[in-house]
Amino acid sequence: MKNYDLVRHVKGESKFVDDILTPEGCLHAYVLYSQIAHGNIKSVNINTALQMEGVEGIFIAKDIPGENQIGGIIQDEELLASCKVDFIGQPIAIVVAKTVALAKEASKKIIVDIEELTPVIDPRVAFEKGELIMPPRVFSLGDVEANWDKCALIVEGTVESGGQEHLYLETQGAFACPVEGGGVKIVSSTQSPTTVQKTAAKVLGLKMHLIEVDVLRLGGGFGGKEDQASQWAAMAAMAALKLNKPVKLILPRQDDLRMTGKRHPYSSDYKIGLNKEGKIINYEVTFYQNAGASADLSPAILDRTLFHCTNSYFVPNVKATACSCKTNLPPNTAFRGFGGPQGMFVIEAAIYKAAEKLGIDPCLIQEKNLLAEGDEFSYGQKAEQCMAKASWESAISKFNFPHLKKEIDEFNVASKIVKKGIALMPICFGISFTTTFLNQASALVHVYSDGSVGVSTGAIEMGQGVNMKIRQVVASVFSIKIDRIKNETTNTTRNANTSATAASSGADLNGKAAQLACNNILNRLKDAAAKYLSLANSDQIEIKDEVIYYENKPTRLLWNELISSAYMQRVSLSSHAYYAPPGIYFDKDKAKGKPFAYHVYGTAIIQVAVDCLKGVYEIESVKIVHDFGKSINKAIDRSQTEGAVMQGIGWMTMEELKYNENGRLLTDALSTYKVPDIYFAPKEFEVEFLDNPNDSLAVFNSKAIGEPPFMYGIGAYFAIMNAMKSYKPEKHFEIISPMTPERLLLSLYN
Amino acid sequence: MKTTIKFICNDRVISTNIHPAVSLLDFIRKQEHLTGTKEGCREGDCGACTVLLGELKGNEVIYKNVNSCLLPIGDVAGKHVVTIEGLNSDVLSPIQESFISETATQCGFCTPGFIVSLTSFVLNTNHFTFDSAVESIAGNICRCTGHISIKRAVSKMLTFIDPVFNGNRIEDLINKNFLPKYFLEIPVKLKGLSSETYEGKAVNSPEFVISGGTDLFVQKWEELIKTEVSFIPPSGDKEKIRVSGNFVIIKANTTITEFKESEIINKHFPALNEKLKLFGSLPIRNRATLGGNIINASPIGDMVNILLALDTKMYFIKDNGVRELPLNKFYLAYKTLDKQKDEILDEISIPIPAEDCLFNYEKVSKRTYLDIASVNSSILLAVHNGIINKINISAGGIAPVPKLLAQTGEFLLFKKISTDNVSEAIKIAMQEINPISDARGSADYKKLLLKQLIIAHFVTLFPDFVSIEELV
Repeated sequence: MKNYDLVRHVKGESKFVDDILTPEGCLHAYVLYSQIAHGNIKSVNINTALQMEGVEGIFIAKDIPGENQIGGIIQDEELLASCKVDFIGQPIAIVVAKTVALAKEASKKIIVDIEELTPVIDPRVAFEKGELIMPPRVFSLGDVEANWDKCALIVEGTVESGGQEHLYLETQGAFACPVEGGGVKIVSSTQSPTTVQKTAAKVLGLKMHLIEVDVLRLGGGFGGKEDQASQWAAMAAMAALKLNKPVKLILPRQDDLRMTGKRHPYSSDYKIGLNKEGKIINYEVTFYQNAGASADLSPAILDRTLFHCTNSYFVPNVKATACSCKTNLPPNTAFRGFGGPQGMFVIEAAIYKAAEKLGIDPCLIQEKNLLAEGDEFSYGQKAEQCMAKASWESAISKFNFPHLKKEIDEFNVASKIVKKGIALMPICFGISFTTTFLNQASALVHVYSDGSVGVSTGAIEMGQGVNMKIRQVVASVFSIKIDRIKNETTNTTRNANTSATAASSGADLNGKAAQLACNNILNRLKDAAAKYLSLANSDQIEIKDEVIYYENKPTRLLWNELISSAYMQRVSLSSHAYYAPPGIYFDKDKAKGKPFAYHVYGTAIIQVAVDCLKGVYEIESVKIVHDFGKSINKAIDRSQTEGAVMQGIGWMTMEELKYNENGRLLTDALSTYKVPDIYFAPKEFEVEFLDNPNDSLAVFNSKAIGEPPFMYGIGAYFAIMNAMKSYKPEKHFEIISPMTPERLLLSLYN
Repeated sequence: MKTTIKFICNDRVISTNIHPAVSLLDFIRKQEHLTGTKEGCREGDCGACTVLLGELKGNEVIYKNVNSCLLPIGDVAGKHVVTIEGLNSDVLSPIQESFISETATQCGFCTPGFIVSLTSFVLNTNHFTFDSAVESIAGNICRCTGHISIKRAVSKMLTFIDPVFNGNRIEDLINKNFLPKYFLEIPVKLKGLSSETYEGKAVNSPEFVISGGTDLFVQKWEELIKTEVSFIPPSGDKEKIRVSGNFVIIKANTTITEFKESEIINKHFPALNEKLKLFGSLPIRNRATLGGNIINASPIGDMVNILLALDTKMYFIKDNGVRELPLNKFYLAYKTLDKQKDEILDEISIPIPAEDCLFNYEKVSKRTYLDIASVNSSILLAVHNGIINKINISAGGIAPVPKLLAQTGEFLLFKKISTDNVSEAIKIAMQEINPISDARGSADYKKLLLKQLIIAHFVTLFPDFVSIEELV
């Protein structure tokens, strides 16, 4: 069962947007962006630039034929800044020339006169000024106010978590080509072709059917291309239509780093109350989300912070408030976990601080409060087929946690400068778009008359292996060899009104749609087989490994002959199917409902070693017991888990977005923004598949994998804290991430 | 002067008159449509653009993995460039097979770079160990896998290399499907090209003289393609590294890899080999030169920091004249050098340390490998009967120039190695430095870090003479 995507990857044959052979005369676009974080545009003078040889067009806000508006949830974001700029990196002009170098050179000749205003970088300052994206959101359960006096221990504090750059290896980009009838075909590196289509249609003032969006694959997305791929595609499309020539727009890495939004930094206040037995009675938390200059997906991300603010724990009384604060940074956006990690980090910090106060290991509080079957989340859904305790207990025993702990204690007694630390990190993550209507997908399956199969869905392949999983679904329904099946590109003319491939739901939603489409064809094929074999009862027909069976006995009919016969019988060999998971809903006003099709659980044990002289650390081991449901592709799921965890550890440790007081990103290159490399990968990395026979709404019961393991990475932070504490037991460290070597050293010695 | 650049790309000879500072990456992607080589960062920090660069040495072609984004095409003349497409044949190579079987590729964008780097490993190494294999891909970043499955793929790949190679490495690799057959014809083809060696345009006063260019092409690539450039010519038959009396003489265009692997260097400076793994990544070390690192004048250059502690002298040539200058007198202010524009750094000399000399190098960066130091520091010292009778301490990242901590050294000279003296020396060091806050750390951090690194020097070299608990 070779995964042909992988074969192409290792041969360098997989094509990305910038690899597509462009038609003759293809032009290149470069985007001029604001160097000022906050100000009023007084004038934009393009005259000199326009006269440069090789420059074919320069477009600014007033040239936009449709609406200068790309906001998705809230209409608050211009494609090109018209009268004010709100962040460094905000697009002002599109320069189109024969080469990228020329376009960039011309952009330097554009004179932008901006009257500078004071920028706001800190979300709490924005909150004080009343600069909010939308009114604060509150989730609550029980009665926090009434129960503080029942708490034996109350701990309050502040937690800061840093942002995170997606650093998809393929930068944002699109290629647009005018087509007859005034339309345009766009090839985009997007997780959401429909969003690209809608955005381009709006900006160009065209009907959606005039815009075709095609996506082959992405060189990584991680959420960064869910909403923020659209503007580049819209710009390329606009330039292509204006000039009636093909136009390619690929962001250079540094521009991508400066212009695009990232994971939201959060600043949060918590207050946690525990009874004498260590049970959490009360949890009150306020999140200040640094949304950046416009809404983007921030409101939905804010919601997910609230959904996951109690992580894998049952807390009877919760009051969680979240404020999306408008600052002069690029609009922050979706990133693996979608606000969940920020919420979970705070409760883990609260538990850590409570344990510190009690002088006990945080895992004792964690364990005591794990979710049990039927426990209610603050949003009203109940934990069903809950694997929180099962995964915890399995991790403790499979990896012999008491022994690990003992070894570390002994090591730390003997070692004065290098200290080891360990932490447990349970996770619980809800699967479904919490914006319920987005939970829908469609698929188009063609069986060709030679027996080969093409499948198109709304899913985008970005490395997560969704194409392979969909091929597996098709192969399984038809019971045919997988190499008969090809994934078509994701294209808005084959599947319309698709949701983004996001929320870990790509394989679930699109896989189920493909399954339905295949079943439609399969039923017709059974009738055709019955007719061909002159058998009365098509219900008794089955296909097993490309052989047609009747009443459990093989017939002479094989797949190819069946297809050929069905075609001659004038049976449709194509089907389009639609899937929407049943039973999920969410009342936004009441903040109650059943937003998730199911939850994913698991527990990680992370061990680190910290050099307390130099302030550097190593992740020694990561050991996980994870609830995969019944994985249909363990190789893919394991690799997804590993990658997600390392990305999560990166977020907690070395990945640092530094802005100066003018709102300028200082870590705007790979030489300053560091992500985990091969030497940072722990020596030991174990992933255990937790046996979970329960049925779920996952495709073939193979649970969603994209995001949940990311949050195991939080354990690395507390493992490092654990080691630091062992070096300086008297110190009370602030909870601020990322724990860079700089923060670590300054925390130890200042 | 011959101005046509001729080289072999995979199995084809290519001629071009393109500007010599155009990056190989742009050339192979845009002109040749070999799109398996990717642009990920354009600063040698991701490895998605990695290719093999083969150079004829005698009858053999020696291949190195290099970042094509930082490689000016003028420097490729007469050489063999191998892209991922040039490694493909009818069957998958064991490296490719291993990546597939371990699912060590997800989105696929970085993958060709890993395959190319590991091919360079099997072409070059005499140590078929996991660690050496990992070193070859330490300049490749994957954002999807976290490198966990890639490590498994490396282990798997190593199982294909058994029994140990014998005879002609290229033939062996072809037989084991690591390389396509055409590699056998390359030496002869390259010899054919050598008569047509590119000489570049005659440039009297080039704006840029390129020796490696691994930082120049990060900072100024757009400028470079618009100006006159010249390349430091190969140093002819003369050995790049030689011993002369009590000195090691090194040509300025010696790459970091050549320096690191040199028998002479390993004999006289045994500590350096391991420490130089912290310099960039293998592809960077394969291109970056000692001279380039010195002239580039980065306050946190790793090689400069080491050379400063080693009492390095520089030899400039101009109009057949030679000027000698100690390295510690070279940096006048930030990126301001005691050097005339038409002077070329030809050689450097390092005195061979006496037997009793000790050396240590410390570097802390946000990420241990493939990162630029927040602070780095080298120490060279000799101790007799517990008394320091020679000492140099250098520090980077704490001033606008790479710095020798002269007063700190002066204080320690002829003193005992003791906790008190080290503690006092640190106080002096703090007076000698003036770090700024930037992307690599706050000024406070850099001060604290230098203190810690000085402690690390003494704890590493004299664990029995100083008390780490008292110092920190």
